[in-house]
Amino acid sequence: MTALSIRHLTKTYANGVQALKDISLDVRKGEFFALLGPNGAGKSTTIGIVSSLVNKSGGEVTVFGHSLDEERGKAKRLIGVVPQEFNFNQFEKVFDIVVTQAGFYGIPAAQARQQAEKYLRKLGLWDKRDSAARQLSGGMKRRLMIARALVHEPELLILDEPTAGVDIELRRSMWDFLTELNGLGKTIILTTHYLEEAESLCRRIAIIDHGVIVENTDMKSLLEKLQVETFILDLAEPVTEAPELNGFEVRWRDERTLEVAVPKSEALNSVFQQLAAKNISVMSMRNKANRLEELFLRLVERNLPEESTS
Amino acid sequence: MSLYQQWVAFLTLVVKEIRRFLRIWPQTLLPPAITMALYFVIFGNLIGSRIGEVGGFDYMQYIVPGLIMMSVIQNSYGNVVSSFYGTKFQHSIEEMLVSPMSSVVILSGYVAGGVARGLAVGFIVTCLALFFTDLRPEHAWITLLVVIMTAILFSLAGFINAVFANSFDDISIIPTFVLTPLTYLGGVFYSLDQLSDFWRGVSLLNPVVYMVNTFRYGILGVSDVNVAASLAAVFVITAAMFCFCLWLLHRGTGIRH
Repeated sequence: MTALSIRHLTKTYANGVQALKDISLDVRKGEFFALLGPNGAGKSTTIGIVSSLVNKSGGEVTVFGHSLDEERGKAKRLIGVVPQEFNFNQFEKVFDIVVTQAGFYGIPAAQARQQAEKYLRKLGLWDKRDSAARQLSGGMKRRLMIARALVHEPELLILDEPTAGVDIELRRSMWDFLTELNGLGKTIILTTHYLEEAESLCRRIAIIDHGVIVENTDMKSLLEKLQVETFILDLAEPVTEAPELNGFEVRWRDERTLEVAVPKSEALNSVFQQLAAKNISVMSMRNKANRLEELFLRLVERNLPEESTS
Repeated sequence: MSLYQQWVAFLTLVVKEIRRFLRIWPQTLLPPAITMALYFVIFGNLIGSRIGEVGGFDYMQYIVPGLIMMSVIQNSYGNVVSSFYGTKFQHSIEEMLVSPMSSVVILSGYVAGGVARGLAVGFIVTCLALFFTDLRPEHAWITLLVVIMTAILFSLAGFINAVFANSFDDISIIPTFVLTPLTYLGGVFYSLDQLSDFWRGVSLLNPVVYMVNTFRYGILGVSDVNVAASLAAVFVITAAMFCFCLWLLHRGTGIRH
């Protein structure tokens, strides 16, 4: 079953900016889906339209078969949204914010309080329930928005940059929580700047750039498209220039560091064999960029308008 | 969303709005009480005793209904304009926009909050007035009807102001430069009979005149205007404004891109 279906979606803002140019996208029920793109690509506009915060110019959006145009109430009931910016009343108490949101979905007060307690506990905010939202740390505020988005038990959870500005430990615990939610059958759509996050969490991915979907596939197929990976080699002894390696492009970064581009068709062993033949020992090795990041940059660069590349 | 769920959402918003103005009572309930007490002391007692009778009543009795109505108008307007603009400013309006609440429920919730604060302040001012004069409503139902209709009308006006406001300046301009002059020149402190024909004619263009006089009729039994026509006009204007506000919400004016 399709959790979210977007068909020929267009958006032109009042200032004439065409944010979305006829995009179509399907997210299946139970998927963990990543929507990636550089700043201004159209991610937030897409999420804004799906969550009814932005009016579309054209096209159609359906959520679990319910059209946003014709069955808006039913469609909205199935969506939970965690926006990028904090969007709660900073002066209200944590508990009240979550209970009120449940009320907006028509959940009676007693049940709303139970639901609020359930999610505040899950997200480690129960001890802060009587604090004003402005007294929370940045990470706690993000968790509050997740608790608020889940309080009406939506089937589709949309998170716009949920781990932006969150420390590594908290980010990992949020990943675990989202993975657990996905395991319970919730469909999750995520936009993120941390491509490592998308690679480790999401099974399917769409890349949007300049209002156009430039890639929409499963993570495995996407990563297979990466033809060349670049590795950084830390050397035991200094070298004064980049050695010539047959079949590989090598760049000298400094006297103890080399950058080697390894085509997918070549074995990495060959790099070490050739270096050993030249008496160059490698102490450690790492990827220059996350694999998805490398692919993402290539896809987005390919889609740059001519004036930007010149 | 079923009718019951919409009702729950409406109650949630109303409780939220009432809790908001009660939480900040030193900003919302106390100032109008102090201001009106000063009006009673200065205009009613000190100056009023030298003015004598207006419309067959001593000056204090004559201005009390107008002052109650003035506080209802200012507070119902002020509640909605500040609360709704606040939700826009903090983006917490999105909590409602992503939910299945209908536009009617959102608008009715804010209006109910504005009416609640208007009536709460009106009640406080009425209690204060009882220290200075006797109040026995001549037409209780008319009194109640016009005060509620007026609170609804000015809550809607506050909502429109908040929808179009882009800064905190924008939510103080209308109350300062439009609402206050209309109220002060709305027959709160004087009878239209005391004005020349020209200024009486000008005053009759002021909608607040009709609400103040209808309310005064409810309490004292005297009015400068036709009460039935005033009530009908207030009803029609309120209905038209409600529809306009719904249209603004439906379009997402000022709240959606």
